[in-house]
Amino acid sequence: MSPNTRPQPSSVGPVVARRLRFDAPLRCRSGGTLAAYDLVYETYGRPNAARSNAVLVCHALNASHHVAGYYADDPHNAGWWDNMIGPGKPVDTDRFFVIGVNNPGSCFGSTGPMSTDPATGKPYGSTFPLMTCEDWVEVQARLADRLGIRRFAAVMGGSLGAMQALQWTISYPERIANAIVVAATPKLTAQNIAFNEVARRAIVTDPDFHGGDFYLHGVKPKRGLRLARMIGHITYLSDDAMMEKFGRVLRSGSIGYHFDVDFEVESYLRHQSDKFAEYFDANTYLLITRALDYFDPAHAHGGDLSAALAGASARFLVVSFTSDWRFSPARSREIVKALIDNRRDVAYAEIDAPHGHDAFLLDDARYHAVVRAYFGNVARAVGADGSGVAVELPGEPLARRAASDALAGGFAA
Amino acid sequence: MTPAKANGRDGLAGRPDLAAIAAWVRPQASVLDLGCGDGLLLRHLAETRGARGYGVEVEDEKVIASVANGVNVIQADLERGLWGFDDGSFDYVLLSLTLQAVRHTEAIILEMLRVGREAIVTFPNFGHWHARWQVALGGRMPVSDTLPYQWYDTPNVHLCTIRDFERFCAGHGIRILERLVLHGGRPVGWLPNLRGSLAVFRFERRAH
Repeated sequence: MSPNTRPQPSSVGPVVARRLRFDAPLRCRSGGTLAAYDLVYETYGRPNAARSNAVLVCHALNASHHVAGYYADDPHNAGWWDNMIGPGKPVDTDRFFVIGVNNPGSCFGSTGPMSTDPATGKPYGSTFPLMTCEDWVEVQARLADRLGIRRFAAVMGGSLGAMQALQWTISYPERIANAIVVAATPKLTAQNIAFNEVARRAIVTDPDFHGGDFYLHGVKPKRGLRLARMIGHITYLSDDAMMEKFGRVLRSGSIGYHFDVDFEVESYLRHQSDKFAEYFDANTYLLITRALDYFDPAHAHGGDLSAALAGASARFLVVSFTSDWRFSPARSREIVKALIDNRRDVAYAEIDAPHGHDAFLLDDARYHAVVRAYFGNVARAVGADGSGVAVELPGEPLARRAASDALAGGFAA
Repeated sequence: MTPAKANGRDGLAGRPDLAAIAAWVRPQASVLDLGCGDGLLLRHLAETRGARGYGVEVEDEKVIASVANGVNVIQADLERGLWGFDDGSFDYVLLSLTLQAVRHTEAIILEMLRVGREAIVTFPNFGHWHARWQVALGGRMPVSDTLPYQWYDTPNVHLCTIRDFERFCAGHGIRILERLVLHGGRPVGWLPNLRGSLAVFRFERRAH
């Protein structure tokens, strides 16, 4: 389509989240079991008759099912990948049926540590099972079953979301045609785990943590969450991006000779972490950082990633960002190398962007052009030709906006 | 951006060096195309020879074009070596009209023969009479269809002649398997280093 006939990219408009009940138990890799659980999800665009045009979007640490569009009663609460997904956008909802789902263990509506355990009548808290990317992918496959989707045209995500896309190609190779793996790593480095451990220590040593059962005490370990968020946030940005944004600018214009906020960057981190501690759940933070630590598909193959991906049959788009020091391009190259070893179809773009890990959420023209070009071929291959039909979606529509303040923040790594 | 025309054969029109490469590549071969541009050669090889493989490209716009053409493109800088590709893992490693524009020419040719069982390169022949004429009599750097740049804006940093390349191969344990010299899209048989403006070589590492 030539530029002058392509409609201007726009928002998918107002969206409604749905809650769907699953009664089959989920046996987690950690050994724990969820007897039953709710998933909250959103969809954008329409499925075609064959349901071959479905795209699953997996979220990262602090994001949710609210991927695109906004809520009618909260028009400023845009989805966390709204610049990527919508009519005329790189993932074009005029052609694709896009699904966002909140993973269990998270805190935006799906069953998580703050949910009530029907067995005890109390919040799960410390008894909520540890979950891994494999568990989440299994849950997402069950959602696909309920939506009548046998095979996804694509599964995509950035950071932890990219790990799930990768896991899809291993767990359900026959159910995924394309994997879009952005700002990814095949496993965390010792440094990555170390940062996560600092964040977790901040939370569990907060006197308000109460071993994870703080809900019963009517408190939240906000001090710990703030510190966890601060350290995480620093790792999502590049040195250059922080210097560009804050420099050494002083709040009051001159040095105050005290230990309170003096520099702009301190003020920013405090503000962001204060917001975060209000909406995010401490147990979720522990659980998701642990899922990050444990992700290592090569582990079961003696550390051989090529062997781990030998059964994958999807086509891949892998994208990394030069200034991402959290999951650096070298980590994405390991994935690409393993795919080449297996002679899999893969395109790899290494975007020269200054923003660090968070670049995957930002509107970079080259990055979006690569994704757009890739999805153009996906659309042709799966028959995503705009012939979508209106369907009845399962689950109970959620009238109220879901954790809206939570999702307005932006940083979703 | 409008993707380049879908038909690979049309896409190679005006690139006789690519047509020569396509004619040399065995059916079902595995191919690595260095500096793959918009990916049309790879696409053409896939459609006409059943060849499968990857392209390597450093420029953003060309990576995007290759993705649009459905090609397996890996964004990487050739000058930094070929990460991701094991020794002897491809039947052919291709380098078309790029040799003269790379800085680490020697290293890249040896890298091609590390990864590929055979290599194919194409380059503009600096020994063509017209180039010689412009330097010798005009006293100016040559400008032609195959060398369409002025001295101050050319990407070409390592121009060579057919004889230079053959001497390089002899000195680096490289056996030339096939040579095609072209001018105006037609093969040149007689006095190729003087009458040919474009050279295509297929070569391999000589057994130790």
